[in-house]
Amino acid sequence: MIARLSILAPLFGGRSGADRVVPSTGPTALLTMLTAAAMAFLAIFALALAMATGRLADRWAGSLERSATIRISAPADQIDRQTAKVLEVLEQTPGVEFARATTPDETRKLLEPWLGPDLPVEDLPLPQLVEVTQSEAGFDAEGLHLRLAAEAPGAVLDDHERWRAPLVASAERIRAIGLLSLALITGATAAMITLAAQAALAANGQVIRALRLIGAEDRYIARAFVRRFTLRTLAGALAGTFAGALAIALMPAAEEEAGFLTGLGFQGLQWLWPLAIPALAAILAFVATRMAAFRVLRTVR
Amino acid sequence: MIEFHDVTLGYPGSDLLSGVTMKLAPGSFHFLTGPSGAGKTSLIKLCYGELAPNGGRVEIFGEDSVKMSRDETARMRRRIGIVHQDCQFLDHLPLDENVALPLEVAGQKADGEALTELLTWVGLAGQAQALPPSLSGGERQRAALARAVIMSPDMILADEPTGNVDWDMSLKILKLLAELNRMGKTVLMATHDLNLIRAAKGLTSARVLRIQGKRLQLAGSDL
Repeated sequence: MIARLSILAPLFGGRSGADRVVPSTGPTALLTMLTAAAMAFLAIFALALAMATGRLADRWAGSLERSATIRISAPADQIDRQTAKVLEVLEQTPGVEFARATTPDETRKLLEPWLGPDLPVEDLPLPQLVEVTQSEAGFDAEGLHLRLAAEAPGAVLDDHERWRAPLVASAERIRAIGLLSLALITGATAAMITLAAQAALAANGQVIRALRLIGAEDRYIARAFVRRFTLRTLAGALAGTFAGALAIALMPAAEEEAGFLTGLGFQGLQWLWPLAIPALAAILAFVATRMAAFRVLRTVR
Repeated sequence: MIEFHDVTLGYPGSDLLSGVTMKLAPGSFHFLTGPSGAGKTSLIKLCYGELAPNGGRVEIFGEDSVKMSRDETARMRRRIGIVHQDCQFLDHLPLDENVALPLEVAGQKADGEALTELLTWVGLAGQAQALPPSLSGGERQRAALARAVIMSPDMILADEPTGNVDWDMSLKILKLLAELNRMGKTVLMATHDLNLIRAAKGLTSARVLRIQGKRLQLAGSDL
């Protein structure tokens, strides 16, 4: 175990001689840091998107899963009778935990965003709504539908499944796209670091040959490149993560009215997730540079 | 130290070296000569494992050079001081750090006093902080010699170390190599300068190896 961990030693030791044997490459260094910062910034947003859509899918799937609505449209003189009949039927239906008719105040509140606050609900031919909560087992929707049709012809059962299912599926898909984006960002970062490391190794061919000539082992030569690229990537990713997290934190707070649009972000302990991004970037840089270095070194005897 | 057994080097149908058999005994001094392109540099590269023979066997300190791992090759090179014609310095490091680099890569600390003494021996004590590109050809060759001996190697391989310097500097470098040989180091020095080989008479007891028609011959009598 200790022997395995020893490959990480170059990262945590002080500035070693191995660092000095490779001349610093200004433009490559800056480019590596900037790219790592940009990738970390994008990764934060992809992560926030994945988490927000995850929460949304859970909410849609969870909160409406056991609810249903019955809409009663009937002439004014029949509506109270049919409502009472519907409530009676629901009381006798297995799988119904709770049912109640909405009050005129609740109906007004529901319509307020569209029709304004002074709506004379009582004067309008609006349907009566009955809110139903199912038990764990749920009710037989088909059976209830047939019974309502027979006993309260103006009642229509909506168990929300028709519009809930595509919404949940969409949220799940957006979450998958967020995770796919994270995977793509990870792959692109690894490719970028590999290319930058290979360019640095190629530019320092003379240094590598001179070091092999005087008896340097491959791991000594690789150490300088690995340490440099890992630390540069870590620094860039830290900056990008900080900027990304700040941008997310400054977004408007989530509100019920705006729902999804302002819900993009992290909540509670989810704020710890962004911390994983610089660490992941550094691990990626360590592995990618080490592999690139040993691949190039094998071509020099 | 180094033994060649029927060594062939080159491409199929166009050998550079063929049927080379030789033995460099401990404490010996050999000149390696021959016309340009004869294969002197290639033979030297075979001596420290940078090239692998196409046929035959090269034994370095008793080990077959082809069978050594990369790390074993690196450790073997710490026992051989190599002086290249182009020196191969790290141009961004000052001279003293370049000279001490073999110690650094071997995980050893450079003794400041010994380093100064070594630079004084090659006449470069005043240039310790100079960067290699600012040195003259002769200074670079002497610095390369200092770097080659800092690990106190068993053997010195010098590939045309006097190729880019004037006659006086050539003699200085030759004298340094002769001094190392008197200290017990095995020396193989490639040169096409026959005057330099003649000048070695009296400085050291050397043998001359000549590459002629892809083969290695012992040229004339010992110096």
